[in-house]
Amino acid sequence: MKILVCISHVPDTTSKINFTEGDTKFDTNGVQFVINPNDEFGLTRAMWFKEKQGASVDVVNVGGPETEPTLRKALAIGADNAIRVNTEATDGFYVAKQLAKVVQDGGYDLVIAGRESIDYNGGMVPGMLAGLTGANFVNTCIGLEIEGDAVTAVREIDGGKETSTTKLPLVVGGQKGLVEESDLRIPNMRGIMMARKKPLTVVEAVEATQETKAVKFEKPAPKGDVTLVSPDNVGQLVELLHNEAKAI
Amino acid sequence: MSVLVYTESEGGKFKKAAFEVASYAKEVANMLGTTVTAVSVNVDGSSELGAYGVDKVLEIKNDKLATFNAKAYADALKQAAEKEGAKVVVLSSSADSKFLASLLAVNLNAGYASNVVALPENASPFTVKRTAFTNKAFNITEITTDVKIIGLSSNAFGLKEASGAATAEGFDPSLADEDFAVNVTSVDKATDKVSIADAEVVVSGGRGLKGPENWGMIEELADVLGAATACSKPVSDMGWRPHGEHVGQTGKPVATNLYIAVGISGAIQHLAGINSSKIKVVINNDPEAPFFKAADYGIVGDAFEVVPQLIEKLKEFKANNA
Repeated sequence: MKILVCISHVPDTTSKINFTEGDTKFDTNGVQFVINPNDEFGLTRAMWFKEKQGASVDVVNVGGPETEPTLRKALAIGADNAIRVNTEATDGFYVAKQLAKVVQDGGYDLVIAGRESIDYNGGMVPGMLAGLTGANFVNTCIGLEIEGDAVTAVREIDGGKETSTTKLPLVVGGQKGLVEESDLRIPNMRGIMMARKKPLTVVEAVEATQETKAVKFEKPAPKGDVTLVSPDNVGQLVELLHNEAKAI
Repeated sequence: MSVLVYTESEGGKFKKAAFEVASYAKEVANMLGTTVTAVSVNVDGSSELGAYGVDKVLEIKNDKLATFNAKAYADALKQAAEKEGAKVVVLSSSADSKFLASLLAVNLNAGYASNVVALPENASPFTVKRTAFTNKAFNITEITTDVKIIGLSSNAFGLKEASGAATAEGFDPSLADEDFAVNVTSVDKATDKVSIADAEVVVSGGRGLKGPENWGMIEELADVLGAATACSKPVSDMGWRPHGEHVGQTGKPVATNLYIAVGISGAIQHLAGINSSKIKVVINNDPEAPFFKAADYGIVGDAFEVVPQLIEKLKEFKANNA
């Protein structure tokens, strides 16, 4: 089984979010970048398929040279090969078109992408990639078993979960649940050394249109101070929620 | 042309999200000088959509669609959009709608903006405001395609009643076998509980509750408020509560009218996930907990003393306001 894991290069979850150039660009100054958490759950599940079922695992990112350390980290975790599509990841549809080319050229059986990136939160790349390549698609995937080309997948739905069966080729939108938080791997020194020698292929972008454009960013209005209620007067909270906040 | 809206249902009844997306679609249609067509699946009597501004309902009745299937639903919506010449398609932010949205975008070659929180700022160029960086910022996005898909964030717009009547007509999209290549075999869903996605109030517990055996009062508080229960990441990681309840950056986003956090300190990833909620309340014994900076109301106190009192006071309130 040939697996491709799509890796977004995103600001660390604790990053302060600021914008520059008249609020049109994300300010990367002083920001630590990481593998998108939703992608990392998928990558870790892919490692399981590699170790238990002999799958090969490639990783791909659409982005400039600055994203390569993130791909190297994925290699250090255990991926075999990395591919970088050399273009700016301007919009979900555009990224999906780039990835579709990589999937078709590489003949992948299974593609795992995070259900959404934690920066733009578009949540569209996995589904668009499935649509463009004609693969089957399961989103918000929290369980995945594969035997031959038979797939059993568990999807998180509102208020529960749903199990389905399908066949490869498949694209999944992954998230926590594909593996547990405690299963995530921190690359060890050997992995990091080996990652330096593993192939990282840079491919040029295919021509594609961009369907949406991020025009501008805004930060939420600063929040007012908290209204504290004494623990000896809990009834006041009920009153405030009813009369002031109109929330109950 | 018209604005097409997918009005979700469950067990033959429209979900609240359906009325919210219909209300939103009506305002978009007013902006564009056109009408709203809704698509319903296996609902008897769609006329109540008229009260939220829908002019026409395409009623699909098909046993094969009894269980949600993203590809088949996306295919059906594509055919509806083409039949109506829709230039804008409005969807909710439910798990199902997000599942089908990107497939529909490919079907219609449409630009798709998810997590939209307000009416379009402009019709030409068509720009919408959406959340980004997990609620730490907003992003104004221009959709440049002829057909545009908007995924509306839950509780972002609310319900707007209108005084119209909706006409209904049957619609029978042609579905191919390959639309059903992903075959649902079982659904495991608590039917007696409000889901986080549908809830107007969410009560959430953190590590401060000390153990899963103490969740009774969280559930009771939720019960009094008709709320869904949720939890912080450490709580789901330790297996005290199911993953589906984990809210935050890598868990579920919460955009409710009222979010009550009990024993949650308020890590930045947690706050990001719940930031879209309108009113935030925190109960924590540590006055330095970061959650107090993000909350609207707070009680510095022992959850095991405060929550039972809050339950009593809410019961009194409900009895007096019933």
